[in-house]
Amino acid sequence: MMGFLRSIFAHPSGRIGGAIVAAYLLIAILGALGLTPYDPLMQFRIDRLHAPTVAYWMGTDLFGRDVASRLMKGIGQSFTVAFFSVAIATAAGTVLGLTTAWFGKRWDAILMRLMDVLLAFPAILLALLIVTVVGPGTWTSVAAIGIVYTPIFTRVVRGPALSLKSREFVDAARTFGSSRFYILTRHLLLNLVAPLTVQVTLALAWALLTEAGLSFLGLGTQPPAASLGLMLSDSRNLMESAPWLMIFPGITIMLSILGFNLLGDALRDILDPKTRRA
Amino acid sequence: MNYLTRRLAAFPLVLLGVSVIVFFAIRLVPGDSITAMLGTEAGLLTPQQRDALAVYFGIDQPWPVQYWRWLLNLFHGDLGISATYGKPVLEVILQRFPLTLELALLSMLIALSVGVPAGVFAATRNERPSDLAVRVAAMIGQSTPSFVFGLLIIYVLSAGFGVLPTMGAFTPLWEDPIRNLGQLILPALTLGFAFAASVTRVSRSAMLDVLSDDYVRTARSKGASARSVVWRHALPNALIPVVTLSGIEFGYLLGGAVIVEQIYALPGLGRMVLEAILQRDYALVQGAVLFIALNFMIVNLLVDLAYVALDPRIRLENQ
Repeated sequence: MMGFLRSIFAHPSGRIGGAIVAAYLLIAILGALGLTPYDPLMQFRIDRLHAPTVAYWMGTDLFGRDVASRLMKGIGQSFTVAFFSVAIATAAGTVLGLTTAWFGKRWDAILMRLMDVLLAFPAILLALLIVTVVGPGTWTSVAAIGIVYTPIFTRVVRGPALSLKSREFVDAARTFGSSRFYILTRHLLLNLVAPLTVQVTLALAWALLTEAGLSFLGLGTQPPAASLGLMLSDSRNLMESAPWLMIFPGITIMLSILGFNLLGDALRDILDPKTRRA
Repeated sequence: MNYLTRRLAAFPLVLLGVSVIVFFAIRLVPGDSITAMLGTEAGLLTPQQRDALAVYFGIDQPWPVQYWRWLLNLFHGDLGISATYGKPVLEVILQRFPLTLELALLSMLIALSVGVPAGVFAATRNERPSDLAVRVAAMIGQSTPSFVFGLLIIYVLSAGFGVLPTMGAFTPLWEDPIRNLGQLILPALTLGFAFAASVTRVSRSAMLDVLSDDYVRTARSKGASARSVVWRHALPNALIPVVTLSGIEFGYLLGGAVIVEQIYALPGLGRMVLEAILQRDYALVQGAVLFIALNFMIVNLLVDLAYVALDPRIRLENQ
């Protein structure tokens, strides 16, 4: 584990991406613990639309709420949605991918057609449909994004699992009488950790993007709770008089996605030497 | 069965799956389409009028019956009547589609004309400062959500130059091409920015792979100019991953760019579907999603066929 962290640190993209992600995690934890400069929901009516100052580092919004505090809370919100949705997609995709590869035949045919159906939907439209059916909210976004990305994880796992299945060491394990569960988890899953790690990191970047997009359209986190996409969407009509309302959430979203993309690139280089230069 | 027939045979099956999901999902949305359509006026309807409207829109029967009827009508080319527009669904979709298609084509044009040269440039200067600069720019481009970049463009234009993008009534290409391009250029730039970044990254890595191949070394050693080696010998072979990426991205863009259409107030397919979902316009959502999925599948098939054209070694039958 230490060696793995060291190789991330030795990679330029890994260093920068890792530092960005670590900083965001720290901010998210501070936000979750309530250690923000102000209460993110507190309205300082006399300081409405205040430009950034020492008192309000990133200014205040239309209701006089502190932008920096709301951003801290919003980062926690976005990361919660991103982590849980990717966790769902990874777990579901891994189970589906492994079992389709292992059992093949009808199960594989039915499931992969179902995945084709889900993939034929544009991601944001599928998420929109799910959110409208269930009603917007944090956990709906988690479920929607999780479902949208499950087919991708299924495919990522199924391909390599199919080729691993026919390798000698799997045959050997079968001859020794290893149980099916043992072979699937020990021999197949352990060998899939590398591609999965890369995919998880990149999926976190997409999930942040999708969450921000849903909130931007008003179908993610609901006001008055803070969310990066919602803050950006609210800034649209005040862009000229209060540009800080757009600039800070915009940069915050961009940097978070950049962090995961850089980390994902570094992990791909480290874990998959074949695509070293990609 | 050959590859093409097999792929085409899968089309109806996948579309059937898509239609089932959309049909039942949209009906699970709380509220009914008549109330959503008429708003508070729905309260003024007599039960008889409400029933008559339900019959008109074909939503008076149990769901499975409704689905069966919808499917039968679909085979006759009838996608139903949109409750919001009061027009046939296909007509509404085809009204919105040219904008979406044009926007997707323009974005792809921007992405390819910036991304491919940038990727080739970076690859030929591997690990030098100019390569690093391109890579950093591409990474930032890929990490900037379209709505952040779109709002930034609008802000820079309005704060810096005092101009605002032309919003409001959209002019089709055939009515006034110049005004039309004026309306679409900023949305296309917004979408093309991240798209160009991905194209740059993929072309760079594909070029690097190809440039180290034996045949490129042979071309060099027999005295071909550096320019001819890069553009004539290496690039055509590096294009396959670029074609894949652009094709998939284009397929997604044909489904409408919901957020960018929203920012620039464009009447495209994406915003239409969003509004239709919110309005519970059952027929329109069903028809539009089916249309989008079909487009996506056709584009994907074309991308796969393009492999064969670009690389005759690939035999699709074996895949």
